[in-house]
Amino acid sequence: MARQGYDGVVLAAPVTVPYARFSTRPAQWWVGKALAALAEASGIAHRDFDGFSLASFSMAPDSAIGLTQHFGLSPRFLDFLPLGGVAGVASIRRAARIVQAGDADVVACIAADTNAPQSFRQSLENFSRFSQDAVYPYGAGGPNVSFALIAQAYMAETGLTRADIGQLAVAQRANALKNPNALMKKPLSLDEYLNSRPIAPPIHLFDCVMPCAGAEGFLVMREETAKAQGLPFVRLTAAIERHNGYPDDPVMLRGGWQRDVADLWAMAGVAPGTVDLVQTYDDYPVISAMQLADLGFCTAKGLPEFLNSHDFTTTGDLPHNTSGGQLSAGQAGCAGGHIGLVENIRQLTGTAGARQVKGARRALAMGFGMINFDRGLGSGAVVLEAA
Amino acid sequence: MVLETLTAALATGAVRVVDLTQTLTEDFPTIVLPPEFGASAPVRIERISRYDAAGPAWYWNNLSFGEHTGTHFDAPAHWFTGRDIPRGTVDTLPPEHMVAPAVVIDCSAASATDDDHLLTRVALEAWEAEHGRIPAGAWVLMRSDWSQRRGAAYANLRADGAHTPGPDAEAMRWLVHDRGILGFGTETIGTDAGQGGDFTPPYPAHHYLHGAGRYGLQCLTNLHLVPPTGAVLLAAPLKVHEGSGSPLRVLALVPGA
Amino acid sequence: MRIKKNPVLRTRRPLLPPGARSRAAHLLAAAAGQGRFDLPCCTGCGRFAWPMPELCAACLSEVALKPAPTGATVISATTAEVPADSYFRERAPWRVGLVQMDCGPQAVVHLGPDCAPGDKVALSLMLDRAGQAVLFAAKKGQAMTADPQWHEMTANPRDRRVLITDARHVAALPLACALAKAGAAAILVGVPEDWKPLPTREAFAAIPGVSLLPLDVISDRSVEDLARDIGGKVEILINTADLPRPGGLGAPAAAAEARQAMEVVAFGLMRLARVFGPAMAGRGADGDKGAVAWVNVASVFGRVHAPGLAGYGAAHAAALAYGQALRADLAQGGVRLMTVLSGPTEDDWFQTFPQPKVGGSALANAIVSGLMKGLEEVVVGDLARDLLDRLAENPKAVERELAQGRF
Repeated sequence: MARQGYDGVVLAAPVTVPYARFSTRPAQWWVGKALAALAEASGIAHRDFDGFSLASFSMAPDSAIGLTQHFGLSPRFLDFLPLGGVAGVASIRRAARIVQAGDADVVACIAADTNAPQSFRQSLENFSRFSQDAVYPYGAGGPNVSFALIAQAYMAETGLTRADIGQLAVAQRANALKNPNALMKKPLSLDEYLNSRPIAPPIHLFDCVMPCAGAEGFLVMREETAKAQGLPFVRLTAAIERHNGYPDDPVMLRGGWQRDVADLWAMAGVAPGTVDLVQTYDDYPVISAMQLADLGFCTAKGLPEFLNSHDFTTTGDLPHNTSGGQLSAGQAGCAGGHIGLVENIRQLTGTAGARQVKGARRALAMGFGMINFDRGLGSGAVVLEAA
Repeated sequence: MVLETLTAALATGAVRVVDLTQTLTEDFPTIVLPPEFGASAPVRIERISRYDAAGPAWYWNNLSFGEHTGTHFDAPAHWFTGRDIPRGTVDTLPPEHMVAPAVVIDCSAASATDDDHLLTRVALEAWEAEHGRIPAGAWVLMRSDWSQRRGAAYANLRADGAHTPGPDAEAMRWLVHDRGILGFGTETIGTDAGQGGDFTPPYPAHHYLHGAGRYGLQCLTNLHLVPPTGAVLLAAPLKVHEGSGSPLRVLALVPGA
Repeated sequence: MRIKKNPVLRTRRPLLPPGARSRAAHLLAAAAGQGRFDLPCCTGCGRFAWPMPELCAACLSEVALKPAPTGATVISATTAEVPADSYFRERAPWRVGLVQMDCGPQAVVHLGPDCAPGDKVALSLMLDRAGQAVLFAAKKGQAMTADPQWHEMTANPRDRRVLITDARHVAALPLACALAKAGAAAILVGVPEDWKPLPTREAFAAIPGVSLLPLDVISDRSVEDLARDIGGKVEILINTADLPRPGGLGAPAAAAEARQAMEVVAFGLMRLARVFGPAMAGRGADGDKGAVAWVNVASVFGRVHAPGLAGYGAAHAAALAYGQALRADLAQGGVRLMTVLSGPTEDDWFQTFPQPKVGGSALANAIVSGLMKGLEEVVVGDLARDLLDRLAENPKAVERELAQGRF
């Protein structure tokens, strides 16, 4: 059956609760601040959000339902998505169908996590059964080692070098310098990238994100609702989602995007890669490169050339991770899967400030979630268009 | 009157008390029998508390041992020859036997050169020639200075068994039947010589002593502080129900210097 | 050469690698502890799986452990230079690989030296310092003893000081020889009832590095005194204290002998454990030659109960139970407890038992080899193995057979 379009579904009110490297506040506080920001941005009282979709790793012992009472919500649609970096895409897909069907009118999609010096370790310990049994005991706790193993195989397969991959990291840092909310404030040169401390070769320090506390949020509604509220909005034109896309691949040389990429571009009604800007899920720039190939910007073997022949800054020919992405803005837990979506709403509503991409009409954002044992399981992508 | 004299003599040092007992320790050797026979439990001292969490203000131990460990007493019932002796176990023993005269036969010179030195009737008669007749109802204590030895030298085990001094069969028969002694005491492990199992009858000290309702003392020490004659022995075993013997404190009253 | 401690530096406290596992994954610990390479395998479609699943991902049938081929190919390899986990951080760099097993699944593994993508490797299941099963990949036939990662998973006696608690055990002398050969820095051998002759005294004295010390495990004082002297200087303790006294419930002196066997085998272990256990657990990371293993030489009759060995079997059963408590204590310091289950040995007490019996050398070699492989349970002798197999397969049958004196 052909997929039904997302006609009439729009996204509005992109908000970011400014990131902090460490926070003494629990994740619940960050959710509340995001709700307040959404209310302020939309002019809709938070009690009037009749849908609530929450993504978080550090909400224990709460799930989304406990927070309804905590913050005085009475939603008729409630979703809890501890899916990591694919939660943003997943929350849009679900909220879209809910508002499209009239099961709810305004869905607040929020990702929030806190970060204390010990919380990264604590969340690792409870991340997944397969990781607990078969990854952490090998000194591979924390995703660095797992991604090093993937990166090494992918680089061998594609001929990518660290210098190629570094193009993305360096351009992102340049973008981040135009984002006052980005945690990284200093420029990054390719030499600095290449000479950074090895963590688990080929992964070096500047391949790694900086965990932080923060929240991202937006509203999903029908176009008529947005118009009635006088809200700037963007249209949802295509979305894909896949989990454990290639269970039989011995090592992750492609993401689940490849299974659904044709579907995405067909639904968006454009040729692959016909977008004004792209936000990849950049927890390791090598995975960003993989997404560019999987989404059809180039072939996997064509990546070295592709990365060296494009300008990924906000003024370049393919603006990429225009907020600085997780690598330069910070990874606020699950919000890492929302940062690109929120940035795209900003860019397409012309509210991205100093980093605004001129004439941005169509934007792509990817989600990628949950490194479980030897691979990232969740993959997703969303195409948005300016109204 | 007599007791007053005694306590006065003790006070002045005219009568001295000599302790003939070895300290009861966990590593003190015990009799070794072929291991297919039951073996005596060794002495064990286990702390209950010593002013610690298990007993903040008090110190005490659990103590366990076989009846024939350390300096100990053999009752007649210990040996098959004494099985029918009335009052032959330590709980029924006549208390008047627990205080009795003692003579000391010094075999230390011969024992120093011969681990298997045997005390013979001839030697006993020679002793009598010097010190007078061994009185009936007296303890006869064989001094070998063996108690000065420690550990392996004390047990003195070889492939063919223990090699320690003791009485020969005729000496024991004669002491028990012709002199009517109360008991026989040694410094070694056992009233019999180390090789006594090969004598006729085997273990003659046990055989004759207990068969006649007499007693044994072993693992004694300090016999060099007891004169050949004139001492009084206090040897009161624990009142163990139907006990064949027990470790005990053996004291000798001896004339002061 | 054993390097002496610097008295100014604090002894490194033991850290452990992540020890949390799913319940099902603990099945692997038994295989690893016995040196077997078993992997989860589907009972329906026969596919091997990794990591341990609850059901087969291909057909959703039940999964059980099955011996698996050990071959694999390295897909990728890295070195964790800055691991997040403190145990690995202080041992970094740490080699980790992703391998494709010949039998199907992929796995993250501890990687031996000089293994590059494309290399053929052999896998083994090892117990790490947390006492949990992990996969180790190394090139076939590669000498591993010098590899620090392998060293962490094993209990190599080289340059370590070993205490054998009972010189009178049939395996004690060959064990001292084998340990000397394996490069032990010192071999301390306890002599119970030091006042009794020790026929092997001269043979012990002839082995380089051996010292004989009085040690009666039935005495609190003796055990405590020895620990005061050498408690902090023992990296491997091998408890050989035993008192084999065959006999059923009705045997002459059964009660006295059972009690004495308990004193030696069970309470003796407890006495040793109380003083040497904490001392060793505290030194589990004291340099790369820190305390590493405790070996209990036990009788298979502690697990398979023969009526003709009632008291003796009960004492060993009690010791096995104490052993589990000790294992938990030692595990705090990453020190492993290896249980050696022996069949009847070639000594006077099992003289009338049918062959095959276990010679002292066979037992000694099994112990040293178990330490080198980092095992947790070693079964020595065909009879012991047979009895345990029979017990696992049909416990009531083996009970009835032993009741009839059929070993």
